[in-house]
Amino acid sequence: MNKDYGKSKGLHLNYSIISDMIPENARVLDLGCGDGSLLKILKDKRQVRGNGIEISQNEVIQCLEKGLSVIQGDIDEGLKQFKDKTYDYVILNKTLQSTNNPEFVLEEMLRVGKKCIVSFPNFAYWRVRFYYFFTGNMPKSKVLPFEWYNTPNIHLLTIKDFFEFAQNHNFKIQSGIYTTRAHVRKGVQYNRFSNFFAEEAIFVISRD
Amino acid sequence: MAKNIVKTEYYKIDKKITFESGVEFGPITVAYETYGKLNDAKDNAILVIHALTGDAHAAGYHSENDKKAGWWDNMIGDGKAFDTSKYFVVSSNILGGCSGTTGPSSINPETGKPYGLSFPVFTIEDTVKIQKELLDYLGINSLYAVAGGSMGGMQAMQFVMSYPDMVKSAILIATTSRLSPQGIAFNAVGRNSIISDPNWNNGEYYDKENKPDRGLSTARMIGHITYLCEEAMYNKFGRKLQDKDHYDFHFDVDFQVESYLQHQGQIFVDRFDANSYLYITKAVDYYDPATKYGSLQNAFKPSDAKYLIISFDSDWLFPSVQSKEIVNTLMNLGKDVSYCEIKSPCGHDAFLLEYDVQSKIVKSFLDNHMTEKCNE
Repeated sequence: MNKDYGKSKGLHLNYSIISDMIPENARVLDLGCGDGSLLKILKDKRQVRGNGIEISQNEVIQCLEKGLSVIQGDIDEGLKQFKDKTYDYVILNKTLQSTNNPEFVLEEMLRVGKKCIVSFPNFAYWRVRFYYFFTGNMPKSKVLPFEWYNTPNIHLLTIKDFFEFAQNHNFKIQSGIYTTRAHVRKGVQYNRFSNFFAEEAIFVISRD
Repeated sequence: MAKNIVKTEYYKIDKKITFESGVEFGPITVAYETYGKLNDAKDNAILVIHALTGDAHAAGYHSENDKKAGWWDNMIGDGKAFDTSKYFVVSSNILGGCSGTTGPSSINPETGKPYGLSFPVFTIEDTVKIQKELLDYLGINSLYAVAGGSMGGMQAMQFVMSYPDMVKSAILIATTSRLSPQGIAFNAVGRNSIISDPNWNNGEYYDKENKPDRGLSTARMIGHITYLCEEAMYNKFGRKLQDKDHYDFHFDVDFQVESYLQHQGQIFVDRFDANSYLYITKAVDYYDPATKYGSLQNAFKPSDAKYLIISFDSDWLFPSVQSKEIVNTLMNLGKDVSYCEIKSPCGHDAFLLEYDVQSKIVKSFLDNHMTEKCNE
């Protein structure tokens, strides 16, 4: 999956937030793990036992060079190789919006993981709204740098959408962290304020 | 740079070995080569296993004038993927082969004549047993890794299944846990071509002037078709004619692809034995640990080895889907496994051609896992 966007301070913040969410020695599956940067941090800082799944051959090789265990595969095909509740945490970092079938991917994550961590850029962020409102073009930003015709982000969503989705699909949002540049807020309830001001959201979710 | 000169050694197993079929057979001589040094702890040994028609000579040269390096020379050596400055690499010729290890063309000490068809039919499991005998002889109780491509990959995985506590990691390249019916079909046609050659003479041709060269070379031609793919053939030959610019309206060679296959067939008969081809392809066809152990899961369960599995997207003989089946089984068992499908236009042959990517992957896997071990 493409994670070219936001390779900066924002990414380090994202990694450290996720790293703080995961207990030591947890069993972790990182879906769309890219070059393995996050998994490597989790392995070094949290001593997790982890695997990654990544579709791009070059990124798979970069993972292997970091000493990570990684499977080349397409998460849109599901996680049928894993039994229920195999992992303590299944991570889908900045990738949900670029899957073909987010509903299926989330269902599979919730089946395989005891808990899941999902992050995505919030399409209701005020800058995105203003961009669209004032320019009349598909919004672009630091976290959404692509043109409409070449973006991998084919299923963009808002924080509000995600809360509604959780309700309709019977899973719990255990905690949420909203980030805007270097600013971090917490919250488990939906509120309009976060939906308007958060650039990205990171949720811990589970089936029960 | 001075050539890395290596020598094929021989070890005679002076006892009878019980084959999977129940037959007891011996003595067996094993041709092998080693590269690098076994460390004092004896924990840096890597067994590499050749494919269908390979031999013990995996790396280096046999003499200063030797033009051809071993079959995996690009992968094995100082600083290469199988880094001989760190690892002790062992490679041996398969049981039933014709490059130094006892096979149907070897002399039966009881009769003073070549075994021919009196050589027992053996399986991949039997070939692995012989590999183990060699390692015992070399004083190796633990393998840092076992690695192989194609049929070599079958043996590598069988090694893990047969000796689960002995292997720290396994590298399985362009391989499968069971050959597809299509693969068996191609092997069957190859065997048929040998058997229907009148010179084959029920396997007794060693003292005859005419050998079943036609049958064997046709078998090799069929094999070569399966090692390539449509794209590879287009890239290599297209529809180009061989040394001419018009059709000759005959049944001799017109196209480059014909000429290539004919050449491959001809050079093959000089180095390979027709009976060996029959026996080894049969062992490949029979291989099916899922049936033998009840399931692939059962077969892989006992070992805690780490796995690296590599397939090539244009390989239709050992397609990626078969590698993925192994990967999924191992993931399901909670084993430590990495998998990469390398993009290549070379078909099955890619495992002997795509060195750049393959080296990176194998080297990362081996070296990182060595570091981890030292940190424990």
